[in-house]
Amino acid sequence: MVEIVIDKVWKEYGDTVILENVSLTLKDHEFLSIVGPSGVGKTTMLRMLLSQEVPTRGQILIDGEPIAGEPTDDRGVVFQRYSVFPHKTVLGNVMLGPQWRGSAFLGMLFGDRRKALRDRAIALLERVGLKDAINKYPQQLSGGMQQRLAIAQALIMQPKVLLLDEPFGALDPVTRKSMHVLIRELWNERQMTIVMVTHDMGEAFELGTRVIAIDKHRKDPHAPERFGAGIISDFEAKPRIVRDSARFELSRATVTPPAPISLIKRSSPWRPNRCTSPGS
Amino acid sequence: MRWINARPSNGARLALTLAPFALVLIAYAMGSAARLADNANDKLLPGFAGFAEAINRLAFVADPRTGDYILWADTLASLLRLSAGLGISTLIALIIGLLIGMLPYVRSLLAPFVAAVSMVPPLALLPILFIVMGLGENSKIALIVIGTLPCMVRDLAMKVQELPREQIVKAQTLGGSTWQMMTHVILPQILPGLINAVRLQLGATWLFVIAAEAITAEGGLGYRVFLVRRYLAMDVILPYVIWITLLAFLIDLALRKLSARLFPWSVLKEG
Repeated sequence: MVEIVIDKVWKEYGDTVILENVSLTLKDHEFLSIVGPSGVGKTTMLRMLLSQEVPTRGQILIDGEPIAGEPTDDRGVVFQRYSVFPHKTVLGNVMLGPQWRGSAFLGMLFGDRRKALRDRAIALLERVGLKDAINKYPQQLSGGMQQRLAIAQALIMQPKVLLLDEPFGALDPVTRKSMHVLIRELWNERQMTIVMVTHDMGEAFELGTRVIAIDKHRKDPHAPERFGAGIISDFEAKPRIVRDSARFELSRATVTPPAPISLIKRSSPWRPNRCTSPGS
Repeated sequence: MRWINARPSNGARLALTLAPFALVLIAYAMGSAARLADNANDKLLPGFAGFAEAINRLAFVADPRTGDYILWADTLASLLRLSAGLGISTLIALIIGLLIGMLPYVRSLLAPFVAAVSMVPPLALLPILFIVMGLGENSKIALIVIGTLPCMVRDLAMKVQELPREQIVKAQTLGGSTWQMMTHVILPQILPGLINAVRLQLGATWLFVIAAEAITAEGGLGYRVFLVRRYLAMDVILPYVIWITLLAFLIDLALRKLSARLFPWSVLKEG
């Protein structure tokens, strides 16, 4: 279970207020989309979740613990660009994090542990559709494939939350659609929490279970830097109760085989009579 | 068709490439022939026969006094100085450049200092080096190191800082420590840049080698050129200059090929 709490967070650069008094509680297995105009502070918010930037006031908690002051392996990230390492092959990119975790000085695993990691990495790459490219370098891949790689590289660390900063913004519409399918499937399979910044409204509502819009509450025309942005709208796009009931229906459908039609007809007293043949 | 779109065919390109070289040769041959016609003992523009004779004497006949083949002994002496100086300088530049680029504390400590030192003209320090370290090899190698190090440090530190910030953040979310990021993310990515920095410093390094040898040495390409200057021996000087140029070109080519071989990812185009 992962619960993210943003508690009265402010971000200021000198006299310029970027975000003011942002509070938000995000439950486990949510897909949060953050939308808003350019330059209003969406990415700043994501960077604070990542600890790439630190709030001026307030704090961010994951599972009740304040997050570390620098990026750590409990929070994975995929940026729009430059998320993968150009000097490592696809497989090398995915194996990097676990190798660091397992070997502090050399940063490399050998023998059985390497073999096990390799199998795990290949299985994950197969899941994101990169099995045929494991020995290629990122620059030999298309933009969509690079983003698939970046996702796999982040997921192999099994982070508590996956942060996406306009991850599909540089992709063509067809590739973007297929990435939407992939990320939604991964989100469901792994029951993880995702926070995504996007400027694409359609994408925000298609993927997100919850969509928040960020903008300035107040504007001072003489001093635009005086007021920061906050959450101006918080919308539950796919309410949890609907999701839970859909999942329940799905599991029931797969566990109990559907009864034969004739049986339903006979044993359904509430069904209208016209369903049965007039002669019976 | 506009000139900007007109491209030479393969044959034309080869001809165009060779034309300036041929023109220089022809101009030289004509000048040389004219001067030799006036005075058969002219030393300023010797003929090609004179060059052949000098090259043969220096490269393929042992010197009667020392028993050395002068050209090869000079080449070896100069290349040893060049590689020792450039090697030391590259190693130090890699370590300092990496640390300045990566760690804000080291950057605050050393970056302004390196920037200031890089403004000192190295040749002006040569007398100091001779006084402090004597006239031997040490002072020559020190000159090369002092002359090339600051530029290479700044170049490498800049290369490190040019790496996208996203990569460093991503590496941290993969749990990388400073050491792991240095050895697995930053160092491998600046090695092609390091080889490029060495290539760019080759010209300066040759300058320092020859300048140091011109003043004092027991042998070396620059030493020979300045020695025979006293006898107006253009038949030796010109082949030496061409030989130095060729060496510089070959080293550059070798480094370029080495970089492409060792770091295949660095020559891929963004696709």
